[in-house]
Amino acid sequence: MELIITSYCRIKNNRIVVKGVEVTLPKQDVPSYFFADAYKHFEMNYPKFHKMDNLSKLGLIASDAALKGNDFLQRNKAETTAIIMANKASSLDTDRIHQQSINDKDHYLPSPATFVYTLPNIVIGEMAIKHKLTGENLFCICDAFDAQLLIDHTQITFDQETKSAICGWVDYDNGNADSLIYLVEIASDSIKNTNFIPLNAAALDQLYK
Amino acid sequence: MDALIEKLKGQIIEQLNLAEVKPADINPDAALFGDGLGLDSIDALELIVLLEKYYQIKIKNPADGKTIFESVRSMATFIQSQGKA
Repeated sequence: MELIITSYCRIKNNRIVVKGVEVTLPKQDVPSYFFADAYKHFEMNYPKFHKMDNLSKLGLIASDAALKGNDFLQRNKAETTAIIMANKASSLDTDRIHQQSINDKDHYLPSPATFVYTLPNIVIGEMAIKHKLTGENLFCICDAFDAQLLIDHTQITFDQETKSAICGWVDYDNGNADSLIYLVEIASDSIKNTNFIPLNAAALDQLYK
Repeated sequence: MDALIEKLKGQIIEQLNLAEVKPADINPDAALFGDGLGLDSIDALELIVLLEKYYQIKIKNPADGKTIFESVRSMATFIQSQGKA
């Protein structure tokens, strides 16, 4: 079975590249403004976005950008579309915000809306809810972007019932956004007629670079 | 009461991060959950935090929540009944 990448989005801090084309957004030093600009640019029209933590916002923007302009969701079934993600910082960025809200016993006001994001795999849940995907999912935490680790886990799910997947690296910590999200499908004549990238470590490293 | 309702609308928008909602969009008599603002269970918890944070009110009986959080007006009525407005 030959697996191919049919679309991708790379986000590194304020820079967004979708399928090799840079998206021009106003320069923003504040991450929340950058996310708000990207939300508008990709016409996401999903009010729940504004309630999410930065890791989930990053994942939603990158996955929406990768999905925009192709019919990946139409040609693949929800129940056989997996989501496989990895990062380094887990949910530490949000964990710290939660920690700050419970440090002072005299002003003990933890926010439930913050607390629910103190797990990294919530970003997978947000993607699954938005796109109504019900396939396998996995979130790995590792020291650095590891193309082979992502490929290995992707292969394992495709060896089972998975027929398509949204995969990648989604990392956010201390204002630094770092994400590469790509769509994986089984090569077929119809898909191969469009621009595609073979799924291998060298190709992923090149996209992440 | 009207001033409290307007203040409450702003606090709800801020506490719940309703970035695309303006105070004028909120009908004080519309349901907060379900068809109205479409809030979810986490938002319900945030409203409890809001009452504690801005009005120092703790809801002692969780069963009262359904009535208190029916609408912005019912929240305002409850705040006034606690002498915190």
